Amino acid sequence: MAMLEIKDLQVTVDGREILKGLDLAVNKGEVHAIMGPNGSGKSTLAHVLAGKDQYEVTGGTVTFEGADLLALEPDERAAKGIFLAFQYPLEIPGVTTMNFLREAINAQRKKRDEAELSPPEFIKRVREVAAKLGVDQEMLRRPVNVGFSGGEKKRNEILQMALLGPKLAVLDETDSGLDIDALKVVADGVNRLRSPERAMVVITHYQRLLDHIVPDIVHVLSRGRIVRTGGKELALELEAKGYAAYQDEAA
Amino acid sequence: MTAELHLVKTDAEAALAATFASAKARLPGGRGVAASREAAFRRFEASGLPSRRVEEWKYTDLRALMRDAKPLAEPPDATRGKPSLIDALPGVDAHRVAIVNGTYLPAWSDLAGADLGVTLTDLFAWVGDNLSAWQDLVADESDLATSLNQAFMTGGVVVRIRKGARVAKPIHLAYAFCGEPAAMYPRTIVLVEPDAQATLIETFEGPAGSDYQVNAALTLSIGDGARVERIKIGREGASALHIETITGAIGARADYNELTFTTGSAVTRNQLFLRCTGDGAKVRVAGANLLKDRQHVDSTLVIDHASRGCESREIFKSVLDDESRGVFQGKIVVRPHAQKTDGRMMTQALLLSDRAEADNKPELEIFADDVQCGHGATSGRLDENLLFYLRARGIPAKRAEALLIQAFVGEAIDGIAHEGLREMLTGRVTAWLETRG
Repeated sequence: MAMLEIKDLQVTVDGREILKGLDLAVNKGEVHAIMGPNGSGKSTLAHVLAGKDQYEVTGGTVTFEGADLLALEPDERAAKGIFLAFQYPLEIPGVTTMNFLREAINAQRKKRDEAELSPPEFIKRVREVAAKLGVDQEMLRRPVNVGFSGGEKKRNEILQMALLGPKLAVLDETDSGLDIDALKVVADGVNRLRSPERAMVVITHYQRLLDHIVPDIVHVLSRGRIVRTGGKELALELEAKGYAAYQDEAA
Repeated sequence: MTAELHLVKTDAEAALAATFASAKARLPGGRGVAASREAAFRRFEASGLPSRRVEEWKYTDLRALMRDAKPLAEPPDATRGKPSLIDALPGVDAHRVAIVNGTYLPAWSDLAGADLGVTLTDLFAWVGDNLSAWQDLVADESDLATSLNQAFMTGGVVVRIRKGARVAKPIHLAYAFCGEPAAMYPRTIVLVEPDAQATLIETFEGPAGSDYQVNAALTLSIGDGARVERIKIGREGASALHIETITGAIGARADYNELTFTTGSAVTRNQLFLRCTGDGAKVRVAGANLLKDRQHVDSTLVIDHASRGCESREIFKSVLDDESRGVFQGKIVVRPHAQKTDGRMMTQALLLSDRAEADNKPELEIFADDVQCGHGATSGRLDENLLFYLRARGIPAKRAEALLIQAFVGEAIDGIAHEGLREMLTGRVTAWLETRG
């Protein structure tokens, strides 16, 4: 059985149906890209997987490692190993990045009946990962994302991902708002986290991210359904031809 | 018309009049004090307890909230053990000045090793020797709560920080109440001479089940170039009525920083009347209120910029749960000659329940033309998107809420320079959050 199995998923937001019977299976070790035009339901899929309240699941199932994912609270899903890298990471005034990371790691460990990290152990781990991502110590002492540039915010997301070590990472438009240098740094960070034990779902509008994070499988999402699945060459085709053909197909 | 209106006294007003008539002959102080008591009580009597029709008391209708007036508190029996109430500052090394039931108790105070720059005198001993200085200090007191304090004041201290003194340890004014429900009227005077530096802490504590009443007054005089930090911790018993009025004058280039932290009492009114009397003073006034059940806290302040080039910053944070109510009335006044004034006021309320209420009334009265002044007020719930962000990282809902509430209140607390106090208050916020269901 696949690590993540989505069957006939239907989701409404504010009474509007956004996902209309989506099927997707992701095995561990695989990197899937989900591409599609604006409004096709990409971000909705990401948020539903992470457990956001405002999204109402009206039909279908989502199973993660054989268990019903939809029955779990967002924090329980995180502890099970699901990580959402936000398209727009939020600013949290008054909570330092260091404190936020400590809270998150220890909450997850506690839920998994693992011992909390000792402060020196925690600091050592954060420093190592931060250094690899070019996140400086000063940033860690500042409130989460407050006054950070777009690139710094995205790097902070990848830093969190690296420290939390999820089984399934969902990257929601991680390339948005990044210049090419920032994009490379973020993509390198993501690539270092690829492993046979970890799956990734990379959501993007543009092909350029996939030059750097090369997917195993590419899906086209249009009007709430996966309308085509192929290899990495599908992304190039989309880049050349655009989404127009799929929008007609789904209509 | 006014006289007619007050022909009918409320029970509390009648009790106050009876108490004053029977107690005035035995209240401490010489003839000069007796005369000012009499004048203050007449001033109070002319208008009675303020109701919501009085603009300054619109949101805290004392006439309705104060059902009765308790008898004057008796001094505690100092030969018996001191109440643990006055050990109110765990982990903070400070000189304690015990003021229990409105009386200064040297025996329960701890001034061992106090700086030479600090002198502490019993209120009435000081007033006896400095009658005209006392009369000058209280000459402008017209506020009703302060008038009542002046009429009934039973004791207190005068703290004098000598010119240029750097007082290392905070001076802790530990106010406490014990015994049968009664009313206490402590009066404290703090005189900080030019270029002196000191940290002042006031704590108010009392038993949970008792509906005692506190009407405290603090007169503050801060000399030129002095640096003063004042932290007030209001942790009265849950049924208490608490009023404190600070009247202060801030000298030229002085730096005054205060925080009022309130978790206690059923009804609280914190009044602050500050005047910048010299050029270039810097004032920071902060407040943090953590309320639940039907608690009511009113922060009323007037910052009077009466000199040039002074800076004031006000930041108030209220966390309101259950049916609690937070009131903020803040006024910045800029006098015609107080050019280059820089004043900013912000009040924010976080509503944790549908039944909680925040009333914000910021006001600016500007008579000078070259000034920068502004105010802002917000009230709302915790941000759902932020909560989701924290939860998506594995932090459970309750803990995520607590982190955000702590961060919200932290903005008021973080302005305190004294690290130990900052940590202690942060701990108090955590403890308060843990009492939530």
